[in-house]
Amino acid sequence: MSDTTMEMAVPRGPRNAVITYLATTVVVLLLMMVFGLLMRLEQAGVDLLGAAGFYQVLTAHGAGMVGAVALGSSAVMWYFLRRHVELSTGVFLLNLALFLLGAVLILGGIFVGGFAGAWTFLYPLPQTPMGLWTQAAAASFFLGLLAIGVGFLLLYIDIARALIANYGGLGRSLGLPQLFGRAGNPPPPAVVASTMVLIVNTLGIVAGAAILSMSLINLYQPGFEIDSLWAKNLIYFFGHVFINATIYMAVIGVYEILPHYTGRPWKVSRVFLAAWAASTVMVLLVYPHHLLMDFSQPTSLHVLGQVISYTSGLPVLLVTAWGALTNVYRSDIRWDIASGFVFLGVFGWAAGVIPAIIDATIVVNTVMHNTLWVPGHFHFYLLLGVVAMMFGFMAWLTRAQEKGDGFFDRLGFWTFTGGGLALVAAFLYSGASSVPRRFAEHLPEWAAYAQLGSVAAALVILGTLLLALRFFLGLKRVANNVA
Amino acid sequence: MLQSISLWLTILLVVPVTATFLWVAFSRPAAVDAGELATRSYRLRDWTFWVLLAVVTPVFLYTLTLMPYGADPEAEGVQAVNVTGHMWRWELSQDEFRVGEPVQFRVTSQDVNHGFAIYDEDMTLLTQTQAMPGYTNILEYTFEQPGTYQVLCLEYCGVAHHAMVAELTVTE
Ligand code: HEM
Ligand SMILES: [Cu+2]
Repeated sequence: MSDTTMEMAVPRGPRNAVITYLATTVVVLLLMMVFGLLMRLEQAGVDLLGAAGFYQVLTAHGAGMVGAVALGSSAVMWYFLRRHVELSTGVFLLNLALFLLGAVLILGGIFVGGFAGAWTFLYPLPQTPMGLWTQAAAASFFLGLLAIGVGFLLLYIDIARALIANYGGLGRSLGLPQLFGRAGNPPPPAVVASTMVLIVNTLGIVAGAAILSMSLINLYQPGFEIDSLWAKNLIYFFGHVFINATIYMAVIGVYEILPHYTGRPWKVSRVFLAAWAASTVMVLLVYPHHLLMDFSQPTSLHVLGQVISYTSGLPVLLVTAWGALTNVYRSDIRWDIASGFVFLGVFGWAAGVIPAIIDATIVVNTVMHNTLWVPGHFHFYLLLGVVAMMFGFMAWLTRAQEKGDGFFDRLGFWTFTGGGLALVAAFLYSGASSVPRRFAEHLPEWAAYAQLGSVAAALVILGTLLLALRFFLGLKRVANNVA
Repeated sequence: MLQSISLWLTILLVVPVTATFLWVAFSRPAAVDAGELATRSYRLRDWTFWVLLAVVTPVFLYTLTLMPYGADPEAEGVQAVNVTGHMWRWELSQDEFRVGEPVQFRVTSQDVNHGFAIYDEDMTLLTQTQAMPGYTNILEYTFEQPGTYQVLCLEYCGVAHHAMVAELTVTE
């Protein structure tokens, strides 16, 4: 299947904006991966950070990774959505500027001010530093997250404006009329997915901004009291929605890129529309599975958390994964690292939700909550899912059309994949062996898992380096590929 | 026990998913009629949906009977103990218990969020609840073996989080 001529021209401005997004993403990603390796080494007994340093790096890794992945996947979404509606490049770049501002504030708060309240900034830890960080450091961290949130909010407002202008409403761009039997062409996948993302993430960011502002006020006015259970609900609602939205943005790359390789279009069926409509609701309702060990939370919310966790796996597996498999099956697909990464991304997502759903079972959660089982499942669908989809998009933009992939491309792909699987396996196995998450020091009997994890991390970093290099060296090809 | 079930279940499900992706990736020969293939695939998907529903629903309902909530604070014949988390130590009103008789841990925190988790002598996690300022969570657990148990903190609470350890003794 040749894919030389299918692309619509992308003018220079938006093209460069997308490239700048991806370049920023890769650089942040690499740095944060090195942080991840340092943490794993610390747990393996190679003491480079010390406990205080470990928790600072943990805070940076969490916030930095979530931010980087959000940035990269929004580039995927924006690039493909542009084909259908008119988006503002200015707003897109403003989001990047606010992201960079936020990153400076966050990194400054952590590494200058000593802040180590974790990216989940659970109240009242940031306000209770025990001499390890200053008020200003916590404020800087809060303001950094707020800046990033505001940037994304502006981006979603622009997207909402464009979708409403083009389709006459968000219900329509979500494909609700066709879902309920109205004749006519449903919107393309990129439009449906973007609509879902902007709805849920706007709500998520507003909740996040609310608790961030309250935390900021409380920092300087302790008399302004916050209820810790409410704070936790708001934070996990925001955190869960925001990180999940990255998957729903990146998956647009799957819908758009895979068909070029298989020669089979991604059909928007009613099942597809139903899945996205259902996901819109479920993503908003599922966050109580983060609070299953808060016995004071109403039991109905716990049960809701378990029910929705189970059902929200269905659209993933039965629509996107099944759809991708059907699209590829006996299509004589030509594998290169672009199609390979996109396909790997679907696998990482589909397989990663399995340990996640198991952990969302209340009785299992009593022995898995806050063990390394949790980083085990989320690295599965973030590293091998979202990041893989993003790498697929980057490889596709910079593909060498005549030459195909070289040895180093394939080496990068397999090092990343093998390292990623080993990294996830080491986390999951540790979790099943009761090893706590977020521990700077591990018991001697756990050190072997962390050592394996360190080797795996080094492989992932090596693979990512090769792919980043290919991306930067291939940038001159982007113009040919998409113009 | 629950840990190994979870691990095995994950392996049992992830392996076939992986195999399916590999099998599809290298499937031959190219199909002449992609539409026909898709129709068959989606028919299979509908079947899978109903099978999943039929298998998962009973398991799901069964797990709900095992929920750890709703301990009765008025209950008689339990060993009641107050647990308070501090940065970075546990304060327990009592740390010796009898085997076979339910213990009610009434868990709260003086400062930030902590996680009250009980480990056995092999460092296997037995059960846990959150320690949250302003709230008291009642965790009921019956020790079945005499011996020494460890309490670890399972909610990140600052620089000495990993060192916030206590010991429980359970006797006949
Ligand atoms: C080379 C790749 C990576 C390595 C070595 C790595 C390593 C780690 C380690 C060691 C932890 C702390 C585990 C613990 O609780 O003890 C962690 C946590 C985390 N990682 Fe990664 N990671 C990698 C990639 C990623 C990616 C790609 C993402 C997101 C897209 C990510 C997101 C997170 C998040 C959100 C946390 C939780 C932080 C917290 O507990 O506050 N990581 N990672
Ligand atoms: Cu603690």
